[in-house]
Amino acid sequence: MSVVRVLFSYLIFPGFVFTAVIGLFLTWIDRKVTARIHWRVGPPWYQPYADFLKLLLKETIIPEGSSKILFLLGPVLGLVAMTILAVMLFSMNMNPSGTFVGDLIVIVYLLALPPLGLMIGGSASKNPLASVGVSREMTQYFAYELPFLIAIATIILKAGGSIRFGDIILAQQANGPFLYSISGVIGAIVILLSTQAKLGFVPFDIPEAEQEIMAGVYIEYSGVALAMYRVVRGMMLFILPLFLISVLWGGFGDWWAILKFLLIVVLIILIKNTNPRIRIDQSLRFFWLGIGVLSIIGLVLAVYGL
Amino acid sequence: MKRIVPIGPYHPLQEEPEFFKLIVEGEKVVDLEINIGYNHRGHEFIAQKMTYDQVPFLVERICGICSDSHPYAYVMAVEDAAHIEAPPRAQYIRTIIGELERIHSHYLWVGLAGHFIGYNTVWMWVWRYREPLLDIFELIMGNRNHYAINKIGGARRDILPEHYGTIEKYLDLVEKKTTMFTKAVLDDPVIRARLENVGILTKEDAIGFGVLGPTARGSGYAIDVRKDDPYDAYDKVDWDMIVFDEGDILAKAKVRLLECYESIKIVRQCLRDMPDGPIETRVDEIPPGEGIGRHEAPRGEVFHYVRSDGSNMPARHKIRAPSFMNIPSNVVAVRGYSIADAALVLAAVDPCYCCTERTVVLENGKKKLTGHDLLRLSRQKTEAIRRRYRR
Repeated sequence: MSVVRVLFSYLIFPGFVFTAVIGLFLTWIDRKVTARIHWRVGPPWYQPYADFLKLLLKETIIPEGSSKILFLLGPVLGLVAMTILAVMLFSMNMNPSGTFVGDLIVIVYLLALPPLGLMIGGSASKNPLASVGVSREMTQYFAYELPFLIAIATIILKAGGSIRFGDIILAQQANGPFLYSISGVIGAIVILLSTQAKLGFVPFDIPEAEQEIMAGVYIEYSGVALAMYRVVRGMMLFILPLFLISVLWGGFGDWWAILKFLLIVVLIILIKNTNPRIRIDQSLRFFWLGIGVLSIIGLVLAVYGL
Repeated sequence: MKRIVPIGPYHPLQEEPEFFKLIVEGEKVVDLEINIGYNHRGHEFIAQKMTYDQVPFLVERICGICSDSHPYAYVMAVEDAAHIEAPPRAQYIRTIIGELERIHSHYLWVGLAGHFIGYNTVWMWVWRYREPLLDIFELIMGNRNHYAINKIGGARRDILPEHYGTIEKYLDLVEKKTTMFTKAVLDDPVIRARLENVGILTKEDAIGFGVLGPTARGSGYAIDVRKDDPYDAYDKVDWDMIVFDEGDILAKAKVRLLECYESIKIVRQCLRDMPDGPIETRVDEIPPGEGIGRHEAPRGEVFHYVRSDGSNMPARHKIRAPSFMNIPSNVVAVRGYSIADAALVLAAVDPCYCCTERTVVLENGKKKLTGHDLLRLSRQKTEAIRRRYRR
């Protein structure tokens, strides 16, 4: 019985199917809002699903001479990581005091898997543009991960030193969300910008810049593999704001969470549409010198309880 | 380790087929090889098989963006050869259309530049305000593009007095919006970070490569046919040449944005001062001789040479488009910058490849595939696939 329940939670709700459906819907919101900002009409709501189905029916071409396993491992890694993450986030939020083993360290590792998969798949595809994209992805990853980790450390500090995800939510339910303090706001800014980079949205879509390196790491992907990447991107757009709400804005136990969630998603889309893409060296400088310093300030403030 | 990053022949960065070989070390561009010749159509030769009056429609189709510039220069070349002058009203009409075209072409570039740095909002917004201008072209001449306004010895269509108001209303709008875009470009720190000190073309290089138009004026090289050799109504109106010394992409963007103001100024004065009268003179035949026509297209000076042998067809027609001079300067402008910058630097000269095509290129003794060849190959492949699946 419990096996069925576990399978259900991983495959249907809140695991793969649920996250994928909501994620693809969010990519529609992204496209629609972007289109309205551009004075365009935008696609109908079923467009991402239609794209997904179409890609499933297409041939998956694997470049000659590249490692088949590594090439296909790329999207699978991201998919698996996002599914597990979705299950963890939901079970933690629904039942914060439960015994489900899950802490921030695991979540940080799982969040690192999609870019890792991209790097593996991109370098396996034997394309010069993809290799440029991989090197950019790597640089970008090291750029945003440092302030992101410092922001996570801030949160751990505010939760009284516990790295258990449930404790962080419980601490917020007891004393109010961490966001309502200076260090919390700084942490939110840092995590939001890292989210932007993790999602690969403008201004941090450097690894896949279509005008420069023609989608970079994704260039050789087609068919099912590309569809999987699409789904992973959608799932990330669903899970990363949820993560932000869980660790800083009091979890999503109540209905207000939907509003909070939509607010964050729209904020991400607005940032995407009001900025040009920056260069990789500028991105590194921005995250290490600008946001990195900001996150350290946040950490220091958190030490003093602000 | 040196590697080649290909941009082209088909690339999302470009609307036309051409091939740049970026020779890179890591992300840094160390050299650039420019390959053109994918789209050669043999316009000069075709022009020599057409009557004088047919050629404007042909040269109009050299370029879809500056489609007024080529016929403008061509009719001036023929008028020069035949020693005729267009009536004053026709001169004003041509000037107005030339300047309106400059606005739409510069807007097009600003939008594309926004697209190339991944700022699609700028792209869509700028093009949104370019759209009413195309409607005005349609109102005046019946076509959004390829206006067919130029005619040897005059203009083909009149600008009706009831259309003045529409044009002036649009000028007010475009003036406001240009201010908005100029501010948006100059005030946004992220845009500045992408454009400033990138793709610098020094004045020496600019003169050495003989670049023209906004590319030259952004490098401090003050060259503009409208000032240097005024034609039609350009010496009867008051306007300034925009020159910046920096030579980077930001300077080129500033030149283009501020030139929109000058164009607005010129069109306003033309509409105010436009005399009444005929819009064409009768041209019976073109005597033997030769003539040149120079027009400041949005991208720089476009030059047409026509030699007549007294027949009804040009004996020789020679075209030099500004992009032909501007594109080679990319080689120095792009060196030392990253791949990310290269995409932008290549676009900064506002290249027009269909204007630039001259030849069919041989590489290592073999004919390089042209657009036609690639099309044929792709059709053959489709046929092969169809055959395979029919079985």
